[in-house]
Amino acid sequence: MRALALALLLVAPLAQAGEIPAAERRSDTVTMSAELRAMQADDMANPASFWALDGQTLWDAKAGTSGKSCADCHGDAQASMKGVAARYPAFDGATGRVLDLEARINQCRTDRQGAPPLAMESRELLDLTTYVGLQSRGAPISSSDPRLAPAIETGRQLFSARQGQLNLSCAICHDDNWGRKLGGATVPQAHPTGYPIYRLEWQSVGSLQRRLRNCMVGMRAEPYPFGSDAYIALEAFLMFRAKGLPMETPAVRP
Amino acid sequence: MGRLAIAWAAWILAISGAGAQEDAIPTSLTGAPGDAARGRAIVANRQVGLCLLCHNGPFPEERFQGDLAPDLTGVGARYTEGQLRLRIVDPARINPQTIMPAYGRTEGLNRVIGAFAGKPILNAEQIEDVVAYLTSLRAEKTP
Repeated sequence: MRALALALLLVAPLAQAGEIPAAERRSDTVTMSAELRAMQADDMANPASFWALDGQTLWDAKAGTSGKSCADCHGDAQASMKGVAARYPAFDGATGRVLDLEARINQCRTDRQGAPPLAMESRELLDLTTYVGLQSRGAPISSSDPRLAPAIETGRQLFSARQGQLNLSCAICHDDNWGRKLGGATVPQAHPTGYPIYRLEWQSVGSLQRRLRNCMVGMRAEPYPFGSDAYIALEAFLMFRAKGLPMETPAVRP
Repeated sequence: MGRLAIAWAAWILAISGAGAQEDAIPTSLTGAPGDAARGRAIVANRQVGLCLLCHNGPFPEERFQGDLAPDLTGVGARYTEGQLRLRIVDPARINPQTIMPAYGRTEGLNRVIGAFAGKPILNAEQIEDVVAYLTSLRAEKTP
């Protein structure tokens, strides 16, 4: 029995220090229970479909002093937004800033629609990001703009930095110990393939920033303010790290 | 000098390194032995000791135990009381790369959230309770 256990240990692709080799990179969907995978795969069972449907309504709704809807400029999202979320965060040439999808939607609202920005984690912003994200389902994550390099590098440093009273880093769990058990949970590789996600623990759809915030509080570290450059840098690094994996928005997670 | 003040002085001495030998903190941080039963409860508590998030151990009643770190079964036979104390207070003294948090150190940490700022994960008395419990874990796993 002990020999068998040892043999299994030797062949099991368990945790190893450093970045995850490309061949072992995978969405954490595959380690979920069959029930959760089925819930994610079936739009009639995936609770995030309600957010996506409301997002479609908002896409067509006029907003702000311009009296314009998203659709008035962008047309049918199923065509114009195809693959877009797979390239975010993206570099915004006009401001020289890196924007995630939430920040881009709000930039559109304030600059083009003449409407107030939507609060992070508000139902409306989650509706729109879910609907836009859905149009990239199946598209490979492709962060290839060289102007993202400084943000990716900052994100990499934040990912590796020890923080909080527990003095952990993102990398300690998600690069070095994925596949192992933290309490009852399998440590995920943490690729942001499916954001916004419907998380059972939340009983709601939530953004990647909300998820990052959860991990920081778990390490007993002071979370960054929503919308901060630190979160956007982490998002940029995580998308770079997940390059090539297909988008699954909206994913379901425990 | 009250008992608390004495404990505090011993504590500062221990964490500042003056009371620590190379591989152990040989004397109690409170000047008194800990309580193993209380220590077991701290180890098993996922909000207080947090130990079972990473470690397995002889806790048949606990369903979800981590495997990021060595099994605690028999740990009292592998280390002396003083070695265990140092490994709880500041394990990075033994291995700078360790992922185990320092339960008695408050310096050299980044972005500690307000509620925990300036506080160690466990106080001196709690650490002594955990030391007493772990020291009692002498039996190796039954096959």
